[in-house]
Amino acid sequence: MKYLHLILSNLKRKKLRTILTMLSIMIAFTLFGYLAAVRVAFSAGVDVAGVDRLVVRHKVSIIQFLPEKYRDQIERIEGVDSAVFATWFGGIYQKPSNFFGQMPVEPEAFLDMFPEYILDDDEREAWLSTRTGAVVGRVTADRFGFEVGDRIPLQGTVWSKKDGGTTWEFDLVGIYEGAEKGTDTSNFFFRHDYFDEARSYGEGQIGWYWVRVDDPERAAEIAGLIDKEFANSPAETKAEPEGAFVQGFANQIGNIAKILIAILVAVFFTILLVAGNTMAQTVRERISELAVLKAVGFTDRSVLGLVLGESCLLTAVGGLAGLLLAWVLIAVMGDPTSGAFPVFFFRTRDIVIGVALILMMGVAAGLLPALQAQRLRIADALRR
Amino acid sequence: MSTDNGLLVDVKEVDKLFKRGSEEIHVLGGLNLEIPRGEFLALMGPSGSGKSTLLNLIGGLDRPSAGTVTVGGERIDKLSNRRLASWRSRHVGLVFQFYNLLPVLNAARNVELPLLLTHLSAAKRKEHVETALSIVGLSHRMKHHPRQLSGGEQQRVGIARAIVTDPTLLLCDEPTGDLDRKAGDEILELLQTLNKEQGKTIVMVTHDPHAAHCASRTVYLDKGQLSREPVA
Repeated sequence: MKYLHLILSNLKRKKLRTILTMLSIMIAFTLFGYLAAVRVAFSAGVDVAGVDRLVVRHKVSIIQFLPEKYRDQIERIEGVDSAVFATWFGGIYQKPSNFFGQMPVEPEAFLDMFPEYILDDDEREAWLSTRTGAVVGRVTADRFGFEVGDRIPLQGTVWSKKDGGTTWEFDLVGIYEGAEKGTDTSNFFFRHDYFDEARSYGEGQIGWYWVRVDDPERAAEIAGLIDKEFANSPAETKAEPEGAFVQGFANQIGNIAKILIAILVAVFFTILLVAGNTMAQTVRERISELAVLKAVGFTDRSVLGLVLGESCLLTAVGGLAGLLLAWVLIAVMGDPTSGAFPVFFFRTRDIVIGVALILMMGVAAGLLPALQAQRLRIADALRR
Repeated sequence: MSTDNGLLVDVKEVDKLFKRGSEEIHVLGGLNLEIPRGEFLALMGPSGSGKSTLLNLIGGLDRPSAGTVTVGGERIDKLSNRRLASWRSRHVGLVFQFYNLLPVLNAARNVELPLLLTHLSAAKRKEHVETALSIVGLSHRMKHHPRQLSGGEQQRVGIARAIVTDPTLLLCDEPTGDLDRKAGDEILELLQTLNKEQGKTIVMVTHDPHAAHCASRTVYLDKGQLSREPVA
C-alpha cells in the first residue's frame, strides 16, 4: 500500500492520456458485459436444461409430427421415467413482431416434468379445471401487461379451427415464475385437449416429446434405445439431451457464441495494444526516474512490480467501470429487444470472467515495459 | 557500516571498460583509491576522464571489469543485484547534478522514497522526512513540487533525499554544476556542514576548482589514472 501513492502519481502524470486509455478499456469491458448478456439470451435454457431430460422429435425435422400414441411406447422403454408432449403453435398476438413461444401441453404431466416453472397452487388448479385455460411466463406477462383473468386472442398461422376460424382465444389462469434466474419465462402454454379437439387437421399428432430418464448418466444410451424403438417406422425419431436440443435451436441463426467471442477478441486485442502502448510510452518517458529509484535502493523486482502495478491499476479502473456500466445498462435499460429475449441478465460467472480478463490485460499490457524497466542499467539510464 | 582501520572506501586495481560495438573503451585502468571515514573528497578531471564512472563504482551503481571495491569492509563488487540494491539503500546517499527529483511527487514525497524500502511506519517516515528537510532548510517547502522550487531548492531536496536514511557515505555528482554561484555556495556550505557536524563521508565529482576548495582533499583523474596534481 505504501507504493500506491507513487503508482497513482505516475498515472496522474499525463492525465489526458490516462483518461483516454481508461475510457478505451471501459468501453471494451462494457461491450464484453453487454455481449455476454446477449449470449446468455441466445443460449437461454442450455445452462438450466434438465440433465435428466431428453427431447424426442421427428428424425427429419422438428416441423414433422410424431404420433401421440408414441408416448406409451416411450414410457415402456427401460430407464424412462415419464414422457410429455408439446406442439409448436406459432400464433400471432396483435402483430407478428410480438413474438413469444406458444405450445399446447398436458398441464399436469407438463408441470411435473418442469419443476423449474413455479405456479401457485390456485393457478395450477385453475389450469387443470379450465379447458381454455393458459399460463404465461413472467417475462411475457410483463412485456404485454397480461394479468390473470385476461382473455388472450392468438391468430393461428399454422393451425386453423374446424370451423375455419384462425382466431384462438385463451383464458389466462396463471403466470409462472422461473426457479432460477436463467429459466426461460417467455413461453405461453395452453391445454392440448382443447387444441386437439378444435384443430382442423393433425388430430392425434404432436410436435415432440420431453422424456425424463431415471439415470442422467444413461441419457445417451436411452436416447439410442428410443430411436431404435421407432426405427423403420413411418415416423422415425431423433432423441437427444435437452441441452443439446436447445443449443441446436439457438444455432439455427448461427453460432452466436463464436460470433460474439470473435468480436470480443478483436476488441480486446485492439485495447491491449492501446494500453500496452500507453505503458510503453510512460516507461520510455521516465527512464531516468526509474534509474533514480534503483539508485536509491529499489530492486529490479520492485521496479518491475511498480510498472506492473501501474498497468493493472490502469486496466482495473477502466475495466471495472466498464463492467459496472454494462451491469447498469443491462439491469436498468433491460432487454434491447423489448422482450424477444427470453432472459437478459449479467451472469455472476461472466462478471468473474470479466474481472479475470481485467487482471490478464493489466499484466499483458504492462509486461514488456515492466521487463524493460527491470533490466535497466542504472549508470546507463542516469546518463540519458 | 563496519570500520576498517578508519578506511571507509578502498578501491584496488580497478579496471572499467565499456564496449561500443566491437570497440573497447578503457575508462579506468588499475586505479587505486583509499578514502578515510569522515573525509570530504573532491574528484576533479576533464570530461570523459572517468570521474562519474568511479563514483558509480563506489556507490554500487555499476561494477568494475576488474579489481575490487570495498566499502565499510564489504566487497560490494561481489554482491548480487538484489543485495547491492539493499546495501545502497542503507549506506549510500546520492546527489545528482540535475537533482533527478520525481516531478510528480512533492518535496516530502521525493525525500520519502528511500524510506519506502524500510519497515518504518508512515508516521515514522514522516518524522524522518521532516528532519531531513529541516536540515537542508526547506521545512516550509514540503508540499511543493519540483517545478515550484528554484534550482538551489531542488538540489536541497535532493540532498535531503540522500541523507534521509542517515547513510555513512554521500556521493555527489557535480552537485553545483547546474546552479548559479550563490545557490552553489549554499549547497557547498550545506555539504561541509554535513561532513563536519554529522560526520558524513563525502565524495564529490566537480569541474569547479572553487567547489573543490570546500573539500578536505582533492584528487585528479585523467585517462583513467589518479594523481594528486591537476594534469596539464
